[in-house]
Amino acid sequence: MAAESSDSEEEDLVSYGSALPALQEGERIKKPVPLQEQTVKDGKGRYQRFHGAFTGGFSAGYFNTVGTKEGWTPSSFISSRQKRADKTILGPEDFMDEEDLSEFGIAPKDITTTDDFASKAKDRIKEKARQIAGVVAAIPGTTAFDDLIGPSKITIGVELLRKMGWKEGQGIGPRIKRKPLRQKPDPQVKVYGCALPPGLSEGSEDEEDEYQPENVTFAPKDVMPVDLTPKEDVHGLGYKGLDPTQALFGISGREHLNLFTGGSEKTSDLLGDLRHSKGRKLGITGQAFGVGALEEEDDDIYATETLSKYDTVLKDEEPGDGLYGWTAPKQYKSKKRFETEVKYIGKILDGFSLASKSSTYPPPDLPRDYRPVHYFRPVIAAGNENYHLRKALEQSTGKLENDTTQQSRHTLNASQRRDRLGETVLKGPAPSVLEYLSEKDRERLKEVKQASEQQMKVKMLPQQSQNRFQPTSANDAPHKWQMFLGGQLANAGSSDFKPFARNPEKQKRYESFVQSLKQGQKDMLEHYLDPSMTEWERGREQEEFFRAAMFYKSSNSTLSSRFTRAKYEDDVDKVEVPRDQENDIDDKESAVKMKMFGKLTRDKFEWHPEKLLCKRFNVPDPYPDSSIVGLPKVKRDKYSVFNFLTLPEATTSVTQATNERIQQNNNLNSKLKPSRWDVSDKEKEKKDSISEFISLARSKVDIQQQPPVPMTEECGTETNETLPSEVGTWLCLNLKGNGTFFFLQKKKQKKHKNKGKHKNKKSEKESSSDTEDSSDSLSDMDTTENLLKRSQILQWITRT
Amino acid sequence: PLKANPVDGNYCLTCGSDKSLKLWNPHKGTLLRTYHGHGYEVLDAAGSFDNSQLCSCSADKTVALWDVATGQVVRKFRGHAGKVSCVQFNEEATVIVSGSIDSTVRCWDCRSRRPDPVQVLDEAKDGVSSVKVSDHEILSGSVDGRVRRYDLRAGQLYSDYVGSPITSVCFSKDGQCVLAASLDSTLRLLDKDTGELLGEYTGHRSTTYKLDCVLSEQDTHVGSASEDGKVYFWDLVEVSRGLTKTAEPGEGILRHPQAHPGRGCDPRPPTCSRWRMLSARRSKTTRVRSSLPEMMSRSSVARDSTALACGLWLLTRVWAAAEAA
Repeated sequence: MAAESSDSEEEDLVSYGSALPALQEGERIKKPVPLQEQTVKDGKGRYQRFHGAFTGGFSAGYFNTVGTKEGWTPSSFISSRQKRADKTILGPEDFMDEEDLSEFGIAPKDITTTDDFASKAKDRIKEKARQIAGVVAAIPGTTAFDDLIGPSKITIGVELLRKMGWKEGQGIGPRIKRKPLRQKPDPQVKVYGCALPPGLSEGSEDEEDEYQPENVTFAPKDVMPVDLTPKEDVHGLGYKGLDPTQALFGISGREHLNLFTGGSEKTSDLLGDLRHSKGRKLGITGQAFGVGALEEEDDDIYATETLSKYDTVLKDEEPGDGLYGWTAPKQYKSKKRFETEVKYIGKILDGFSLASKSSTYPPPDLPRDYRPVHYFRPVIAAGNENYHLRKALEQSTGKLENDTTQQSRHTLNASQRRDRLGETVLKGPAPSVLEYLSEKDRERLKEVKQASEQQMKVKMLPQQSQNRFQPTSANDAPHKWQMFLGGQLANAGSSDFKPFARNPEKQKRYESFVQSLKQGQKDMLEHYLDPSMTEWERGREQEEFFRAAMFYKSSNSTLSSRFTRAKYEDDVDKVEVPRDQENDIDDKESAVKMKMFGKLTRDKFEWHPEKLLCKRFNVPDPYPDSSIVGLPKVKRDKYSVFNFLTLPEATTSVTQATNERIQQNNNLNSKLKPSRWDVSDKEKEKKDSISEFISLARSKVDIQQQPPVPMTEECGTETNETLPSEVGTWLCLNLKGNGTFFFLQKKKQKKHKNKGKHKNKKSEKESSSDTEDSSDSLSDMDTTENLLKRSQILQWITRT
Repeated sequence: PLKANPVDGNYCLTCGSDKSLKLWNPHKGTLLRTYHGHGYEVLDAAGSFDNSQLCSCSADKTVALWDVATGQVVRKFRGHAGKVSCVQFNEEATVIVSGSIDSTVRCWDCRSRRPDPVQVLDEAKDGVSSVKVSDHEILSGSVDGRVRRYDLRAGQLYSDYVGSPITSVCFSKDGQCVLAASLDSTLRLLDKDTGELLGEYTGHRSTTYKLDCVLSEQDTHVGSASEDGKVYFWDLVEVSRGLTKTAEPGEGILRHPQAHPGRGCDPRPPTCSRWRMLSARRSKTTRVRSSLPEMMSRSSVARDSTALACGLWLLTRVWAAAEAA
């Protein structure tokens, strides 16, 4: 407190501040404002509290309480049936005061670049952050999809650049020709100063090998912004701390911790970026003691570090490298890294080992005229009207792409598609639609289409004439026909088309007829006709032949070319029968009588179960490769005695039905319903007509000898059900009508050692002579065909 | 016909000319369920291994697959050209094998919805009277006098000629033999592999009807129905000694004896005397009165300790041999 009473005294005093106003007389000294009354108010007179440190503080609610002046009564409360309170979504701003939104508030509202104008060029930092997040995330790689979902907004700048021809990844500037090879700095010349950034030097190295055509320009290289971060730390140049990703993200647990490579630069870069993007410091500045207690990523902090993860021996060091150690220059390091990259990191399967030699393959030999420049050949549709463009293209590329190969598949026709698919060409001539048109339509078409008239005429002519054809005389016909058939008969007769197969002689005549027709010997035609025929018959036959030839031609060329031939021809004379048959019932009968079950009574066949059935039975398919189901079948002549003998099915039902009827009649008064196995005594006496027939036949043969024992028994007792098979085994034929009956047996005659016991010797001899040679017997069968049929008819007659 | 439940013998199944199947409790004699759905008389029925399904065949040429619980027809297989005389499930109830008078055996797939049979075995020259299924074989007996065994595993068909029309076939429980009953009043036990005759059982009468034959649970006895209304049992090995008759004479013809599968744990096989006791009705008899007026068939189920028969007298009988012993 400076006194101003005397100047002399005050001269050497230093005074600070302004003096207080002098006290008035009689004035009371002001009491100091107590602390609790020292308040700060804002512009609106509201109390300010010193909560915000530098923004002047803020107050919230009512006297810094969470309430309002009205207490907790919500001002917007509406209760009504019709009106419901609007559901308002409250954001943080609803609880903020104006100051918070001001420039220095916690949520300043200032002008910022909106998304529309922000550069969408890929933010490297964000990219890397995302990559790392993708690795760390619970589901790795999920963040990579964010790019896909993100809105495709392009900023105006980028859009403009694009319109000027710029593409992503390119630098900005005029297109340049590739510079001549940059001189490598002479190793002998010492270069001082900083080394070039690695990115630049690598880029130049890439270009060296490339083939550089004359007229190709390149966009300038994209310039990566040079990282101009000043070196602020006290580490040595090139110092890289311990890779924190290994400590943080648990990679160290899986990987061998390589202390000597100095960590990968990439990951440390990434993490640096991550640090920035997350807006917090990870606190890793190079010390080897990874994670602080306050860090979040301390999952692996209790991971056991075993000594086995560390190298106990310095190994793999070549003598030359000993000079450098782990601080080796890049050449050494990169070499090493290359080796480690080649190595297979994954788990090696048991029984396998890594290949010691890495085999390298030479690059492919390029053809001499190979130019590694791709020419774009824009495809212009042939129908395009832009003539000049086509012309220009033609000149530039030397080729106009109006090939059919470039057309869409819908514009192709069937033959073009066939050509492209490599299918074989149809054999027959391409049928014209005109052939299916009526004559009138054709006439009309003819008038309309003058251009194709000539071609049409050729095709129509034979048809027209065929329609109008009237057989006038046998002599005129050949000329006419030959005219039309002419060349169309080229392959007729060569194939197996046999219209007169039923009549072999006629067929023979027809074939020679066709042959001569082909050779053009029209005079010879009549020589092939049967001379014993009358004139009229000959004429008719000739016409028939012509028609057959014509028919063959048309069906062959038009129809049969459209269809594939059936694999199995409908051979009416052949029938599929099981290859193996149960037979020799009489042998078995005797075996059963002698109770010699076993080999004598057993038949064993190859039997193919259906695949599905095997599956359902949980049994492997015994014949996995066969397509046969059931017993293997073979083709036999339909009109063979053997087949008749084995096909008793047709007769079964009839006999069965009649028998049942009889049974019902017989058993009308009996209470029990008879089963079909029931054979009453009465019925046993009543012989079936067929058995009667057979026994009659046998009695004729076996006049002197005893009738075969099993036969009579069969005929006597089992007339109803088993008869047909019995008929199958024994059939008597009166071959030459001389009263001798032959007993034919189903299968090849076996030499019966027990002669005369079951069979008539005489008949056996004859039948064996008939059946021993199958081909003989077959030819016999043809001649006995009619007899067989007759006997069948006889059976039917006697039955009904 | 009558079938005992193949798993435990706790159910028995009858079917007859009233076009229905009936499920019984043979121990209490109570009717559990009736299954309607066939158009003509039901000629045979069988149960699946898990008691969940039934199959039946009928004179209406169809084979039906039933759901036991709901009583509904699950599938109906049409394709036989005549009466279907016999039906069997395979081991896992995935295939129904049916034999018909049309001389075919047809295998129907229960799994898929396809209407056609998986395979038709048409080797028989005459009606198929009996069919049996083992884990990998189908055994069929036909009126043409042959026993055919289709071996799926070996892909072979073995055809044994017996001569007389076969009425019934069955496998022995050990899978080594085949028992075939034929209309010459003979049961023949054939070796499965060679077809040799191991035993011949005569004494009963079987010349007219389709009577069933059966092997007891432990292959100790051979049983057959007979036209004299009795059930005949033979000792499997000592044929001459073991002829036993059961059931009351004069009550009709027994047609379908059935081996009772279940509790085959009785160590002592039944002796002849024990069967006599049965026939003398000293044992406890449960009568399951069938409601059908014209039930034609009767069967018997023979087990170590239980015999079951149904027959023309419209009764199904259950004898408990253990009680008698």
